[in-house]
Amino acid sequence: MRLAAFDEMLPEVSGLRKPYSAYDRWLKEQDPARLTEKMQDAERVFRKTGITFAVYGEQEASERLIPFDIVPRIISGNEWRRLTQGIEQRVQALNAFLDDIYHRQEILRARRIPKELIARNEAFLPEMIGVRPPAGVYTHIIGVDIVRISENEFYVLEDNARTPSGVSYMLENRETMMQLFPELFQQIKVRPVENYPQLLRQSLAAVRPQSTKGAPTIAVLTPGSFNSAYFEHAFLADQMGVQLVEGQDLRVVDGHVAMRTTEGYKQIDVLYRRVDDSFLDPLTFRPDSALGVPGIMDVYRAGNITIANAPGTGIADDKAIYSYMPEIVEFYTGRKAILGNIPTWRCSEPDSLKYVLEHIDELVVKEVHGSGGYGMLVGPAATKKECEDFSKKLAARPSNYIAQPTLALSTCPILTDKGLAPRHVDLRPYVLVSDRIQIVPGGLTRVALKEGSLVVNSSQGGGTKDTWVLDD
Amino acid sequence: MLLGRTANGLYWMNRYIERAENMARLVDAGLRMALTRTQNASEEWNSVLLSAGSDAAFTQKYSDYTAANVADFLLRDTGNPSSTMTSIETARNNARMVRTALTRETWESINEAWMSLKRMLAKPIDERDLPSVLDAIKRETALIRGAFYGTMLRNEIFDFSQLGTYVERADNTARILDVKYYVLLPSISWVGSTLDNYQWESILRSVSAHRSYRWVYEADYKPSNIADYLILNVRMPRSLTFCYRFLTEHLKFLGDDYGERHACHVTAGKTQAMLSAGSIKDIFDAGLHEFLANFIRDNIRLGDEIAQDYRFY
Repeated sequence: MRLAAFDEMLPEVSGLRKPYSAYDRWLKEQDPARLTEKMQDAERVFRKTGITFAVYGEQEASERLIPFDIVPRIISGNEWRRLTQGIEQRVQALNAFLDDIYHRQEILRARRIPKELIARNEAFLPEMIGVRPPAGVYTHIIGVDIVRISENEFYVLEDNARTPSGVSYMLENRETMMQLFPELFQQIKVRPVENYPQLLRQSLAAVRPQSTKGAPTIAVLTPGSFNSAYFEHAFLADQMGVQLVEGQDLRVVDGHVAMRTTEGYKQIDVLYRRVDDSFLDPLTFRPDSALGVPGIMDVYRAGNITIANAPGTGIADDKAIYSYMPEIVEFYTGRKAILGNIPTWRCSEPDSLKYVLEHIDELVVKEVHGSGGYGMLVGPAATKKECEDFSKKLAARPSNYIAQPTLALSTCPILTDKGLAPRHVDLRPYVLVSDRIQIVPGGLTRVALKEGSLVVNSSQGGGTKDTWVLDD
Repeated sequence: MLLGRTANGLYWMNRYIERAENMARLVDAGLRMALTRTQNASEEWNSVLLSAGSDAAFTQKYSDYTAANVADFLLRDTGNPSSTMTSIETARNNARMVRTALTRETWESINEAWMSLKRMLAKPIDERDLPSVLDAIKRETALIRGAFYGTMLRNEIFDFSQLGTYVERADNTARILDVKYYVLLPSISWVGSTLDNYQWESILRSVSAHRSYRWVYEADYKPSNIADYLILNVRMPRSLTFCYRFLTEHLKFLGDDYGERHACHVTAGKTQAMLSAGSIKDIFDAGLHEFLANFIRDNIRLGDEIAQDYRFY
C-alpha cells in the first residue's frame, strides 16, 4: 500500500521546508559511514542503560529495545504555538468534562452526548460520582496523540488521559542526541525538554490534598519490575527524587496511605500511579488485585491523598467518547475545537456499521477499549481473509468498534542502510495540569519503521525519534 | 528514607553478586586440586559441592563428579538456584527493582555483567576455556564492586548493600572451612603430608588467599595458621572476623541514623565479641566443627533478624 503523504522535511511539491534548513545543511556535510556508526552507538547506549520495554506474549524477546532513529523530527516555533493552543483547549475540556460527568452531568442533560454511552461504559466509575479530587484536577498528565496530514492540517488521534507512557523515551532520546551530536545543538537552537521531571514534581506537589502539612511526600506507584513500562516508572521516580513503590509497600494507616520503610510506615500525600483503575483498590474494584492498596479509595474520598491521574479518567479518553470530542470541547470552552478530530464511524450505529462493513478494506478499525495497537485492523494493508475475519468479529459485537479513514500520516526521513527514507510518524506531546497547564516543547515522535506502514506503536515494530521544537 | 522492599533488594542483590563470584572461586580451587591430584578428583569435587551447599541437588542430576559436570552445575545451570548464572540473574533482577537507589555506574556494571555472562554461559563450557571463563566471572564482579565503591553515597543504601555482602561472605568462608575442617585438625606430625599440603592450599585458594597467606605467615602451611587466618585475621578481607567487623560497623551506622537498636545489633555484637576475644587455640580446644556449625547458624539468624528488624517484607 502506498499513500501519497506529506513529508515534513522534503515535500515533493515545495522542496525543503524551512524548519529543516539548518539541519539539512549540517547533514550534507556528514560522512554517511560516520552516521551509521552513530546509530550503532545509540543502540549500545540504550542497551547498556537497560532502556527496554517488554512485549506481551513474546517469551524470548521479554526485554526489547525500542528502535531509535537519529534523524530528528523538527517543528518550528510557530507550528508549536498553534499546536499548544489546541492542546490547552482540549485538556481544559477533558477536565471540565470529567468534573461534569461525575457531578451534575450537564452535558447529558443538554443531550450533547447520549446517556448510554456513559452509563454502560466500563471506564465510567460510579465510585467517583460526587467525589471532587484535590485541587479539582482529574487528569494531571496527558499525552495527546497528534497526526499531521499536510502543511496546516493536524488532527488528534487519541487523548491519553489515564496513564500516558513514553515520556522517558522523549527524555532519553534527547539525552542520546546531545551525546551523539553535541555540535548540532550549538548550531541549532532547540527548546529544552530536560526539565520535565522537575515540572512533573512541582505539578504533583501543587495538587496535594488540602490537609497536607509542609512539603508533600510524593511516590510513583508501579505494578512492578515485570511491567512493560517499568523502566519509565523507575526513571521518573529517580529523576523526580521520589520513592518508587509497589502495592505491597503500601497500606492504609490512620486514614492515610503509608509506605513501609526501614523505619516503619510513612505517610504519602500524592501518588502518581501507573496502575490501572481496576487494580487500584481490591476492596473497591478487582478483589484479586495484588497491585493496589486495600482501602485507598476510602482515603481518597476523605480527601487525604491525591491520586494522579484520578480514578475514572478513562471515561474521557475512551474511543467511543472520542468521536464526541468536538462537541465536548465546544460545550465546555464555548469555542470550536482548534484541533480537529479524525472523522469516526461509531459501529454501534446501524448506518455506520453498514458503511464500515462495506468499506472495511479502506478503513482503520479499532477496538473501543483497545490500546497499544493490539486488536486493530488497517484495511488497506490487510489481506482479504484478514478483512473477512475482522468483519465477522465486528458484526458480532459492533459496539466494541469504531472506524476511521486510513489517513496518509505525514512522513519524516529515517536513516536506513540505503540512506534517508521517509516513514510515517505521529506525535505525542506531554501535558501537565495543576493550577496551570504546562506543555513540554516537543514530545515523543513515534515512527513506523516498516516502509509504508502506518502503525507506529512500539509493540508493533514502531520506533522513536527525538522531537525538536525550534526556538525561533 | 528507604523502603523496606528496597533495603531487601539491595541486601539480596549484593548477596547474589558475592555468591556468583564465590561459585567461580570454588570451581577454581576444585579445578586446581583435580589437576594436581588426579586420583582423588571426585572427592575434591564432592567437597566443592558441599562448600557450595549444592551437593544434594547435584547428585539428583548427575552420577559422576567430573570437572565438566560440576563446573556446568555451579556456573551455568539455571536450574541451580545458586549457580553463577542464576545468581547474576537474581542480582540483576534485584538491581532492576531497586534501580532508583543505585548510581548509573553501578546499575550499568550489573547490567553489563549479566549481558556478558549470559552470552558466555549460554553454551556448555569447553574444559580448555574454563580458566578464562572463571577469570571473566571474577572480572565482572570486580567491575561491579569497583563501580559500587567508587560511586555510591555512604548512606543507608550503602549499609544494607554491605550487610548483604558480608553475611554472604561470612557464610561462604565458614562453609569452606567446615567442609574441610578435618584436614585442619592438629596432627601428630608437625609437617603435613603432601596430600595435606594440597588440601591446605586448596582451602586458601577457594578464598583467593593462597598468596596473601604467605605474605602474612611467611613459612609453610600450618593448619592452625590457616584457621587463624580465615577465622580471626582482622585484615584478611574474607575472614569471619573481617566480615563481622564490617557487619557491626554498618549496623551501628543504621542504628545511629535511625536512633534505634534491634535484635540484629545484639546478635552481630555477640558474634563480634566472641571473635575478637577468642584465640585459635580456644577454638580448636572447643572443637573447630562445633565452632563453625554454631557460627553458620548464628549468621543465618542475623540475616533473618536484619530482614525482620528493617521490615524487608
